Amino acid sequence: MSTVDRLGGRPAPAQVDRIPSGTRDVLPDEMREIRALTNRMHAVFEQAGYGEVYTPALEYERTFARQALEQAGPAYRMFDEQGSVLVLRPDMTIPIARLVATRYGNAEPPLRFCYTAYAYRGVRPQRGQSREFLQAGVELIGSPGASGTAETLAVLCASLDAAGLRNYRVGLGDSSLYPSLLEAFGVDQARRERILAELAAGDFVGVEEEVAGLGLSATDQVMLLRLARTRGGPEVLDGLSGRLHDALGGMREVHRLLSPEVAARVIFDLGLVRNLGYYTGAVFQVYDPAYGMPIGSGGRYDELLGTFGRPLPAVGFALNVERLHIALTSEERAARR
Amino acid sequence: MPTAPNPNHLRIAVPRGALFGETLDLLAQLGIDTGEVRVNDRKLLFEDAGIVTMRPSDVPTYVEAGAADLGITGKDVLLEQSERDVYELMDLGFGRCEMVLASVAGEDRAEEALRRLGVVRIATKYPKIATGYFLQTGRQAEIVEVKGSVELAPLTGLAEAIVDLTATGTTLRENGLVIREHIAVATARLIANPVAHKLRAPEIDALLERIRGI
Repeated sequence: MSTVDRLGGRPAPAQVDRIPSGTRDVLPDEMREIRALTNRMHAVFEQAGYGEVYTPALEYERTFARQALEQAGPAYRMFDEQGSVLVLRPDMTIPIARLVATRYGNAEPPLRFCYTAYAYRGVRPQRGQSREFLQAGVELIGSPGASGTAETLAVLCASLDAAGLRNYRVGLGDSSLYPSLLEAFGVDQARRERILAELAAGDFVGVEEEVAGLGLSATDQVMLLRLARTRGGPEVLDGLSGRLHDALGGMREVHRLLSPEVAARVIFDLGLVRNLGYYTGAVFQVYDPAYGMPIGSGGRYDELLGTFGRPLPAVGFALNVERLHIALTSEERAARR
Repeated sequence: MPTAPNPNHLRIAVPRGALFGETLDLLAQLGIDTGEVRVNDRKLLFEDAGIVTMRPSDVPTYVEAGAADLGITGKDVLLEQSERDVYELMDLGFGRCEMVLASVAGEDRAEEALRRLGVVRIATKYPKIATGYFLQTGRQAEIVEVKGSVELAPLTGLAEAIVDLTATGTTLRENGLVIREHIAVATARLIANPVAHKLRAPEIDALLERIRGI
């Protein structure tokens, strides 16, 4: 008797052993494409002077306890044989911050590292999300302000070009912009956090209700709401006055340092707020019309390394390789039509 | 992920059901030809008008995945599916309903169950909203999810009370139920895919301006 039966007209194996939801096996055809894709990006990283590192997938829980990571904190915990709590890393930024402080304690900055590695997060029910996902990215340590941000954006665009993605755009915001504006208006911390959470979630109706309840002048209210929705070319950085004009100085400086090719990819997004605790200034997200969710993200985290004992400004990005692969496939399919 | 074959206009997810008529009226006021959508209730995809029609609770699913750039659905749906990554751009004001806690008229059996049994059984089509509401009000509830005709549950003893959406209260009254608590007001909302909101900013902002101008 054959071990293979038929179900609904399809051959069915005699036994099916399941794998956890949100995980999957990758077979040779897909793996070949993913390997080629990550190799192309890796070549760009190396060319730009970013040396590849690998850190353990397992780390002590306390390594991740230094920052308010909210939803992006570690999701999987286990005990080792001594009873210490270990976690599966939720991203590569914090392990590399630890690595820099520990292994490069006296090295002269700037330091440049890249990685292609799996990270682990919890999934929300009923969604096709991965618990284990491949990230390709870089971290630029010890290069402050606009010049570091501009370099990272250039590497980001070069790696997406090498990947073969054609229609991508990079949203660039400043995570300190909206909070400092609210603070300047004297909004208390609880309300500030509520408004920022709504902004990060894209709940503009909620933001509008909160702002209406702040007791500000009509002009200030309109300004806050307009700022939250302002996104577009470099023209959105101009034509503002006073405090707002000054607050956009950092973004104007980044724009000035970008090559025309990179600048053409950037969408300046004044309402862009990320809900990852460690971002301090510039934040970015990668979009492609062929995929409904961001393909990658990054930003400045100037305070994070200090918590590991080596205070250095830093900036980096991570691309979700699986999403990037889907977007590439969709673009190819659209081009064939 | 699907992409709109016609890149010139936005694809809008339109809910069939209670919000259907007013949604089409709004789109017609914006200059979108809704004639074919109104007369054809089998067809789902109207490429020329940039409209896809679906159950209201499916709207966030399509918009989150980018299968539609924009969508219109009730706040009740958004509250129930709060994990969806969609942007909520505007309160459209129409389709006003209320999420309420209701039980059989007379002595409140829900209140009695809480007092004597420590837990109340709640039948609902909105398990997430009901769970959150009882959690926030510090009461223990056993949430029983049903797919339709929630009013039947307290009449048959399946549950002591229901959490449901009501516009006029007529169905509740006809089944001998009375509103005990008001949980939330729900109106129609315009939602957007986060990526479309960035990449199609001029078109989306122009549409918002025109809606505000109506």
